[in-house]
Amino acid sequence: MLVQMSVNGRHHEHEVEPRTLLVHHLREAIGLTGTNVGCDTSSCGACTVHVDGDSVKSCTILAVQADGSVVTTIEGLATVAADGSTVMHPMQRAFMQCHGLQCGYCTPGMVMAATSLLAEHPHPTEADIRSGLEGNLCRCTGYHNIVKAVMTCAAETGGAA
Amino acid sequence: MIPCTFDYVRAGSAAEAISLVGQHGDEAKLLAGGHSLLPLMKLRLAQPSVLVDVGRLTELRYIRESGDHVAIGALTRHTDLEHSPVLTQHAPLLALAAAHVGDPQVRHRGTIGGSLAHADPASDLPAATLALGATYVAQGPHGTREIPASEFFQGYLTTVLAADEMLIEIRVPTMQGAGFSFQKFTRRAQDWGIVGVAAWVRGTQSGVALFNMASTPVLATDVSEALAGGASAADAAQLAATQAEPPNDLSASPEYRTHLAKVLTQRALLEAGAR
Repeated sequence: MLVQMSVNGRHHEHEVEPRTLLVHHLREAIGLTGTNVGCDTSSCGACTVHVDGDSVKSCTILAVQADGSVVTTIEGLATVAADGSTVMHPMQRAFMQCHGLQCGYCTPGMVMAATSLLAEHPHPTEADIRSGLEGNLCRCTGYHNIVKAVMTCAAETGGAA
Repeated sequence: MIPCTFDYVRAGSAAEAISLVGQHGDEAKLLAGGHSLLPLMKLRLAQPSVLVDVGRLTELRYIRESGDHVAIGALTRHTDLEHSPVLTQHAPLLALAAAHVGDPQVRHRGTIGGSLAHADPASDLPAATLALGATYVAQGPHGTREIPASEFFQGYLTTVLAADEMLIEIRVPTMQGAGFSFQKFTRRAQDWGIVGVAAWVRGTQSGVALFNMASTPVLATDVSEALAGGASAADAAQLAATQAEPPNDLSASPEYRTHLAKVLTQRALLEAGAR
């Protein structure tokens, strides 16, 4: 089946087998390997991307279900400045500043879940962040600094991240 | 993990979806948000040969006040229930229960109709709608029928829906200011409840439903009758498991589940009474 989607602002069109999961489509057909496959059972959140603005687990969506959608992956957050340099998204910067990652495997999903969280709750409490990230597991157990990073980003951007 | 091969068809209307599943019988499954079905297909516990995608039927995504009840389209997502001002005003127990489903990513995809039709006894929304005395509306090839929540669940993952019927609407009676509570005991944040309780109390009337205490959600009418007869929350809660057949699994023994059901029901009744 022909599947079209806008991924990080670029139009993509591929012939896709119906059983292809979105995460495999993104990684293998479109070549964006920033989105990780973690548990592959919709528990860990490593594969979190945005589909039409909502955070979703791309291991539990068929690519055909996302046909016609606007998809954002971790590669789509940073922007390019006038001088050609890469400008990280405020959430990415906050994760760096607060050391919100250890091994880094959960980080793409964590950052995507966190930006979606701030879009829905621009001024979250620490408890809001902890419950808002309940769908993302960090096996390094680095949650403290992850929560700090999201708090920092929310404060710096006034929730506009 | 990748599902077995299947044919994928996108339905343009509920009628078309019903006709398509009718053609393929037991081989076909309706696909809404996919958050119950796809995990089963990935584990190859389900191997439908045809998926009929109803996920784009946005006409079945709504929450409307409708006299003595709130009408909810079957394709309304958990996140829509959780954040609905109409539900918060008229049936806040359902909004609260929806906020307990899975995690934000799951709630962005999963739908109320999908959750009810899947009929996992450990799920949140079957119990919440059962406690509220909801009516489900199913559409089939010959029209629609209304099914009380109390008659819908037949067994583990089994409902009275025929293979060519689909849920189109859920009607939840307005709570009219009733106090309410949703108690869910989990080992980890996003897990299924090991045991859970959805309850509302208004004067001598109440509704209490348990989840993961049998092969279906359980309406604890013994508890409600005791409350109506003047029993305290603590005494009524002792009857929480009288109508249950708690399963035995890695998470808990039947004895422990029975204990949890009593404790959680007492907490639920006390909180509902105070809210």
